[in-house]
Amino acid sequence: MNATNSPSAPTHGFSSEALQDRQRDGSASRKRLGNDICLQTHDLNLWYGEEQVLKGVNLQIPRGQITAFIGPSGCGKSTLLRCFNRMNDLIDNCRVDGRITLDGDEIHDRRMDVPELRRRVGMVFQKPNPFPKSIYENVAYGLRLQGVRNRRTLDEVVERSLRRAALWDEVKDRLHENAFGLSGGQQQRLVIARAIAVEPEVLLLDEPASALDPLATLKIEELMFELKERYTIAIVTHNMQQAARVSDFTAFLYLGELVEHNDTDTLFTNPGKKQTEDYITGRYG
Amino acid sequence: MTDKNPTEKSFFEEHISQRFNAELEAIHDRVLSMGGLVEQQLADAVAAMAEARTELAEKVVTSDYQINALEVALDEDCTQILVRRQPTASDLRLVMAVIKTITDLERIGDEAERIGRMALHFLELDRQNGPIEELGEMGEHVQGMLRGSLDAFARMDVEQAVRVAQQDIQADSQYEVIVHRLMDQMMRNPETVPRVMDVIWTARSLERIGDRARNICEYVVYFVRGKNVRHTSFEQMAQEATGDRH
Repeated sequence: MNATNSPSAPTHGFSSEALQDRQRDGSASRKRLGNDICLQTHDLNLWYGEEQVLKGVNLQIPRGQITAFIGPSGCGKSTLLRCFNRMNDLIDNCRVDGRITLDGDEIHDRRMDVPELRRRVGMVFQKPNPFPKSIYENVAYGLRLQGVRNRRTLDEVVERSLRRAALWDEVKDRLHENAFGLSGGQQQRLVIARAIAVEPEVLLLDEPASALDPLATLKIEELMFELKERYTIAIVTHNMQQAARVSDFTAFLYLGELVEHNDTDTLFTNPGKKQTEDYITGRYG
Repeated sequence: MTDKNPTEKSFFEEHISQRFNAELEAIHDRVLSMGGLVEQQLADAVAAMAEARTELAEKVVTSDYQINALEVALDEDCTQILVRRQPTASDLRLVMAVIKTITDLERIGDEAERIGRMALHFLELDRQNGPIEELGEMGEHVQGMLRGSLDAFARMDVEQAVRVAQQDIQADSQYEVIVHRLMDQMMRNPETVPRVMDVIWTARSLERIGDRARNICEYVVYFVRGKNVRHTSFEQMAQEATGDRH
């Protein structure tokens, strides 16, 4: 017997009306942000010339956790990431208002030492960008800038950083070879080693695996999981499955606004906002 | 920035991928086809028992394979969607709800088959004793629950899901009443024990079917609200379904 002949006579395809009236406050978070907030934005607005790219963003990034930023191209997620170590200062016509605090310190404060801020908040980009130097010198670079000359100290930091970046075993016998000889995935881990050599508090990762093959991507994701014990991590990714796999919290941005920020489990199974739902399920927004 | 009104389009027409729309719609529709088969099996089984119709009981026993085959096929469809689409949010919840619903439907099919076998056994034993009125009311009630749960699933209607789930209380009490009455009968007339046992087993199967119809209603709430209301009270289920939060 066909279902359509039964007394239940189902309509062909239910309307999504049923979904519409769901509570969409996104507040039912199983994980709580807790009190240990590393980075925080307060009414953050940002303009490139006349164009407003970030609109009133209020966000808390918890320490020792991975926070993923997702959203369509141009939603402001990379711009937001670059705010956290004032990389946007380098862009002409860029104007910021609102506040950002790192451990309670105002990062736009006049007294803020920007090179020191960038030491505390390291950044890794989409395309691996090792310097045209040896593997060893790439990792030692930040320390040399700080004036460290002691060979033993440098050796120790280089080894420790490469170990933490899960690269040591692959490069320990060729530390003085050019970094360009490494594969893309190895170069990206080298760049991460370089970032953590100066003992940052935060690592900002802007699409760190989008230029890598699936296995190299998994290594980076595994590495992130290990690094979050020591560092607070913020990652921008277009790969939603990656955000779902690696992050503890996920923030969805759309047209410069923070639409939803929730624990990752909730955001991907039961998002609070219709816009989030449409984006992560691939519906017309 | 305003939220788009999701009622403007059907749930299955909104994905950028038309093929994904079609795949989700297909599993939803196949669940309803499977539900239709299960409803028919249950109706035949109850009629066979209540009206002492041997040919109907035989039909029920030999037809269960169709339900099993649909369950296997739907399982495979859902696996394919999970691996190819990696669904999230309501899409994921739909696939999960389908996987769970077809398991319960298949078990309802098994219970119907069991009732069919019981009817055959019963009719062999005791043809002259006529139909069994005790089960009529409960059979109708449980069939109504199954129909209601499939209706709720078809439209993903949480309010109906809650209403149907609550009918399980009545199914449970009907079962208790039947058991008490028949126990009494067995004590007074021990020679009726074989007949009465068949009736009790049938009532037990009907009671289980009520539980499983209730499960299907819970999956509807899970799909629509994203809330797991299994193993909770009816009050809590109703509260989650209407979206009230503490």
